[in-house]
Amino acid sequence: MSLLALDGIACMRGGRLLFEGLDLRLEAGGAALVTGPNGAGKSSLIRLAAGLLRPAAGTVDRAEAALADEHPALDERRRLGDSLAFWVGDPAPGIEAMGLAPLAGMPVRILSTGQRKRAALARVVASGAPLWLLDEPANGLDSDGQKRLEAAMAAHRAAGGAIFAASHQPLALDGAQSVALG
Amino acid sequence: MTGLVLRELRLAAAGGAAFLPLVFFLLVATLFPFAVGPDGPLLARTGGGALWMAALLAALLPVDRLIEPDRAAGVLDQLALRGMSEEMVALAKLAGHWLSFGPPLMLAAIPAAALMKLPADVLLRLELGLLIGTPGLAALTLGVAALTAGLRRGGALAGLLMLPLAVPLLIFGAGYLERGGGSGALQWLGAISLLLVAGAPFVAGAAIRASRD
Repeated sequence: MSLLALDGIACMRGGRLLFEGLDLRLEAGGAALVTGPNGAGKSSLIRLAAGLLRPAAGTVDRAEAALADEHPALDERRRLGDSLAFWVGDPAPGIEAMGLAPLAGMPVRILSTGQRKRAALARVVASGAPLWLLDEPANGLDSDGQKRLEAAMAAHRAAGGAIFAASHQPLALDGAQSVALG
Repeated sequence: MTGLVLRELRLAAAGGAAFLPLVFFLLVATLFPFAVGPDGPLLARTGGGALWMAALLAALLPVDRLIEPDRAAGVLDQLALRGMSEEMVALAKLAGHWLSFGPPLMLAAIPAAALMKLPADVLLRLELGLLIGTPGLAALTLGVAALTAGLRRGGALAGLLMLPLAVPLLIFGAGYLERGGGSGALQWLGAISLLLVAGAPFVAGAAIRASRD
């Protein structure tokens, strides 16, 4: 069974048709990269795949998924490690993979944009979900962060996971299907 | 589910957010005797109703911290992604919110009743009424918080939405103080509170889903 199957998806936002007739299948080890100009519906497509938006037409079928978008969804007052542990049983693999170990004891509120992005990605890495939904995962990351992200994505695919990412920045995803919007 | 209830309690305790309604409630109880004068019998006759009004207004205070911060931070999205229905999230939030609101308010009612010179039997009826009525108040707060989440200046709108809906709780809560058990006021209070508690998770759940579009 595919980890993600989109069939004839159409997306309406604010009465405007962003795209229609979109089909996509992601198998184990697969990846797809959504590209397009601002406002083309990249984030909406990721949210459709996550089930947070309903498509105007078509069906979405997916395996268990983890999502990283522009919202970190971490409790500002808690320490990063505890805040991540609310979502995933053991956040250590994610903290390790994204190089956050020195920050695990810091409260979330003092983290920078890039560090928050790393934290959101760490949750995805530690989630154990087979399907990763990444909306602009490289936004705000420095070159070390981007390298770690790409390494984590490669390891996830090698382990039989799939990645559905939207990005306007170049992102190393070998052999990824390209979904161009707009 | 339990984790979510605990998280709600932790958020309420963090930064003293849970104490705000409490302090407000006590403040009203302190100010009321200044306003109507130190006439003991008059205070005892009107004080209970004033405390119910204070409880109602205090219930309005947490309205902007219940749903909106979690919506803006993406917490509600992450919960949905884990397959938790919005209604379950709302129910967990309701339980957590009531625990941080109802029992502390009942405790604060004891010194407040002393300030109002309420007799012991009236205080007992006030406590019983609050025990039954505060879940309804908490449910109203949650429902209105979900309906106004994401709106600019939602707090002002929340007051306009919530206070009229809270009128039945006020009528029967205060009515029970005056007329006691034979009047059926307590049963009405319970019925309305139950209705609000049963309905709020569905209203809040639908509002959370609608706020994503």
